[in-house]
Amino acid sequence: MNTQEDLSGYRGEALEALRKAGAKIGDVLRILKNSQTYEGILIPRSEYGDRQHIVIKLKNGYNIGIKVTQNTQMKRMGEGSKPIFTSEPLPKQNLSLPRAAIISTGGTIASRVDYRTGAVRPALSATDLYSVVPELAEIAKIDARILLSLFSENIMPNHWTQIAKAIADCISQGVDGVVVAHGTDTMGYTAAALSFALQELPVPVIVVGSQRSADRPSSDAAANLVGAVTAAARAPFAEVAVAMHETTSDQSILLHRGTKVRKCHTSRRDTFRSVNSPPLARIRNHTITMLTDEYIRRDPARSIVVKPEFKEKVALVKFFPGMDPETIRWYQSRHYKGLIIEGTGLGHVSNTCFEPIQDAVDSGIVVAMTSQCIWGRVNMNVYDQGRDLQALGVIPLEDMLPETAIVKLMWVLGQTDDRRRAQELLKTNIAGELTRRTLLDE
Amino acid sequence: MKTSYEEVGLKVGLEIHQQLNTTAKLFCNCKPELSKDEPETTFLRRLRPTQSELGQTDPAAYFEFQRGIKIMYEADKKSSCLVEMDEEPPHSLDRESLDIALTAALMTNTKPVDEVQVMRKTVIDGSNTTGFQRTCVVGLNGEIRVGQKKIPIQHIGLEEDAARKIGETEDTITYRIDRLGIPLLEVATAPVMEFPEEAAKVALAVGKILRATGRVQRGLGTIRQDLNISIRKGALIEIKGVQELSAVSSVLKNEVTRQLKLLEISEHLRKMKARKEDFKQNIIDVKEVFKNTRCKLLRKALDRDQHVLAVRLPKFHGLLKIELMPNLRLGTEIADRARFWGRVGGIFHTDELPAYGITVQELEKLKETAKAADEDAVVFVAGDKENALDALGAALNRAEEAVKGVPEETRTARPDGTTRYMRPRPGAARMYPETDIPPVQITAKHISRIRSSLPEMPEQRLQRLAKDYGLNRKLARQIMDSHYAGLFETIVKESNTTPTTAAVFLTETLKALKRDGTQVENVSENQIREAFQRLSSGQLAKEALPELAIWLSKHPEKTVKDCIEILKLGMLSEDEVAKFIEDVIQENFILVQKLKEKALGPLMGIVMKKLRGRVAAASVNKILKEKISRHSR
Repeated sequence: MNTQEDLSGYRGEALEALRKAGAKIGDVLRILKNSQTYEGILIPRSEYGDRQHIVIKLKNGYNIGIKVTQNTQMKRMGEGSKPIFTSEPLPKQNLSLPRAAIISTGGTIASRVDYRTGAVRPALSATDLYSVVPELAEIAKIDARILLSLFSENIMPNHWTQIAKAIADCISQGVDGVVVAHGTDTMGYTAAALSFALQELPVPVIVVGSQRSADRPSSDAAANLVGAVTAAARAPFAEVAVAMHETTSDQSILLHRGTKVRKCHTSRRDTFRSVNSPPLARIRNHTITMLTDEYIRRDPARSIVVKPEFKEKVALVKFFPGMDPETIRWYQSRHYKGLIIEGTGLGHVSNTCFEPIQDAVDSGIVVAMTSQCIWGRVNMNVYDQGRDLQALGVIPLEDMLPETAIVKLMWVLGQTDDRRRAQELLKTNIAGELTRRTLLDE
Repeated sequence: MKTSYEEVGLKVGLEIHQQLNTTAKLFCNCKPELSKDEPETTFLRRLRPTQSELGQTDPAAYFEFQRGIKIMYEADKKSSCLVEMDEEPPHSLDRESLDIALTAALMTNTKPVDEVQVMRKTVIDGSNTTGFQRTCVVGLNGEIRVGQKKIPIQHIGLEEDAARKIGETEDTITYRIDRLGIPLLEVATAPVMEFPEEAAKVALAVGKILRATGRVQRGLGTIRQDLNISIRKGALIEIKGVQELSAVSSVLKNEVTRQLKLLEISEHLRKMKARKEDFKQNIIDVKEVFKNTRCKLLRKALDRDQHVLAVRLPKFHGLLKIELMPNLRLGTEIADRARFWGRVGGIFHTDELPAYGITVQELEKLKETAKAADEDAVVFVAGDKENALDALGAALNRAEEAVKGVPEETRTARPDGTTRYMRPRPGAARMYPETDIPPVQITAKHISRIRSSLPEMPEQRLQRLAKDYGLNRKLARQIMDSHYAGLFETIVKESNTTPTTAAVFLTETLKALKRDGTQVENVSENQIREAFQRLSSGQLAKEALPELAIWLSKHPEKTVKDCIEILKLGMLSEDEVAKFIEDVIQENFILVQKLKEKALGPLMGIVMKKLRGRVAAASVNKILKEKISRHSR
């Protein structure tokens, strides 16, 4: 038996004392110290905990930490009862409802808590999502599968490829829409990636996450998931969209276009915002209301085109006062193929960066400009600095979000090795990432 | 009948919750104060029951959820931030609160734990935006002495206070989140109290120790007692939220009476051979019975096309009107259950009929339709079908429980000392670690720092107050029992008020004002200090203090200076007094002529009545004497 695993998290003195007592996680321990007796179930130690304390769960349900000292005696009293997770039986599927596929990739929406330790773990199966939100059965007939169990920070471009192919599979099997459960941190990037990789979509693809983990009674997961499945089953559009809370209330869900959405708050439920474009639609009381006329209509007859390749040798470079121009040369020396600059204002960088940018462009690197302002459009014709950068070969990317731009550049370089063709593609609207007009309330 | 508590085997444990007076809330930096203003924003949430560690969901919680209950939260910028809204993870455990908890632990011989672990306790009624209450144990195994008896303290903990319930409609419960997150110190005693008065005494003793820390909030609602109580053959009942100490023993007495009565009823039902199977029966539609009814409530429901459903309670005839405690009959208990599970306004039962416009004929027909024998009762309800079904199902369940005896449940205390059904007792403790908050190690150094500045124990302080300030024993005890012992010492130190003046004001005067309906809690310590400073510098008379306090209780945001100006409580100058007295003498000229020096008494009365609080009596006396002797010459 692997002791390391049986005493998870414990190190140093605490680990030694536990080993000596022959204790495992979940065992009932009696600890004697300074004439006090403590009895409880041994709880795993957080990885960030120190080396001296042992955590037990008392009979009244509270956990306490006990410091192991010279005069701490410990006795294993027996095995504690193990928690058993029972999934509720799946609700009956209504065959006349639309079909929706749920693909789980990880994140809080697909997590559950270990009630002994409090650790949040990936859900055991994607059906868990379904069994904890039984209302879904009234909205669609659902096929659920687990594809990945990753925190979204660990999702890489090769995972986008995997997800895109899995979605295409589902669609080719004739589902009416696909839901992708995803961690929220990089959910915007994945949504953009899918927007480029999945072309000629016949049905909607809805990326959904939650800001409060699904094990909490107050989680936004259920409402978001209900919204996402509703959209997958019935929305009139056939695009990649992100479904999340519109406000702090559990009342309405917004659907944001995959290329125009950004996580804008570290913790709030309404963290996702459409930038430089209106949201696609709103769901309230199970009713979907389109918020724009400019969208691709659902058309089950259309044949999906999958272009799932991404190339990773690109970088997003944020300019800041005092930035060392040499950092740009570093990318060149590492044979990067493309750079997206997050410039200031309308799309500027200090002229100390001009020479390395010129060299990068000359060496065949695609260099394009977005703005760190987040809202608005770059315009490199207004000031000299902008005109000079254009002269160096820097491509202005209009109202494209920097995060969308970096994803698009990866995708573009995945489609072609030809630099001229790549530059052309980068400037061409593929999935609503570039719009021609920006309105006041966007 | 006098209850022998020994005979019934009464056992009472206390859980005392005291709000702390800190700079910040327990898990964020908002001020721990209730808001007096209108809410600035509202938001709507739903709480979804999650599986417990045992793979179960709380049935009551799941039920509420299924009914689509929404929770409306009211918030304002002053009293809450994103943390209370469950829109930001909690900050670390407030160290000031921890120090107060450790102080209380050391004062009650409770052993601080080596490492504090914050837990989440599932609470799904909406009173916590997260769906759980954050709570932690700070110390274990303490003991205090109350009279001759040792009372074990099971633990001392810290937890966040819940949101304030504002109201409830059919589908929405409203809470104000200002109170959410205020640090609460929890003291749990072992269930060793055997008499209601003993429990009250222990509650008082614990309250005094907590106050002795000098760091607790005062006023109604800042200390709340939960009682767990059981008697032999009865059940363990948890009573939540006893706000007044004076209510503890009456709540307990009432509860014992209730349980004894329920046991009697159970015995009666068994004698009548009420069996389990009798309670498995169908709920029937009795709309037909009431189609021409004159009962307004039923009429309204029928006009709205709602249902009238009924169910027979076997062998219950006459039992529903039995009083279990003041204002609570068995019928009320059953109605409360129906209300909780069915969200109906109330139910009717045959023991209270004919009444409410329901006729004898209707009653007969009802019994006939329900196939009720003379020994049975019938309960019925009007409402939406689903609600009515749930309500009567719950009523039937409660009736069945009456055969067994006393059902375990959580009850809520009312100000009059009675209790009502609140909810089923939560199942196995559903607590799991709050992983967003790092554990806090309590080092030996930390404990010795707390120990080196422990406040005096109440008994020591009492003796010192009597000795140092020359207070009589009664006054010293009153000061100790009030929340103002600290304030008293401050006032005496920083002004030249005599200790007795300050003590009398802080105890007898304020108590009398409170009795007359003044919300003296609204008067802040700073305002009281200012009053005594102005008193000792002669800007205010002692006699004006009550009037001042009444005004300040209504204007908590104003200063004493404002009050003096607005109410014209300022001391009059000697010239002003002389002029006033001159006028009085002119008005009573004949009297002065007649009585000469003897007019002093009556005139003194007239003047003081008008100028009380604005002039020293001695100076009126002097001026009057002079003037009378001049005028009567």
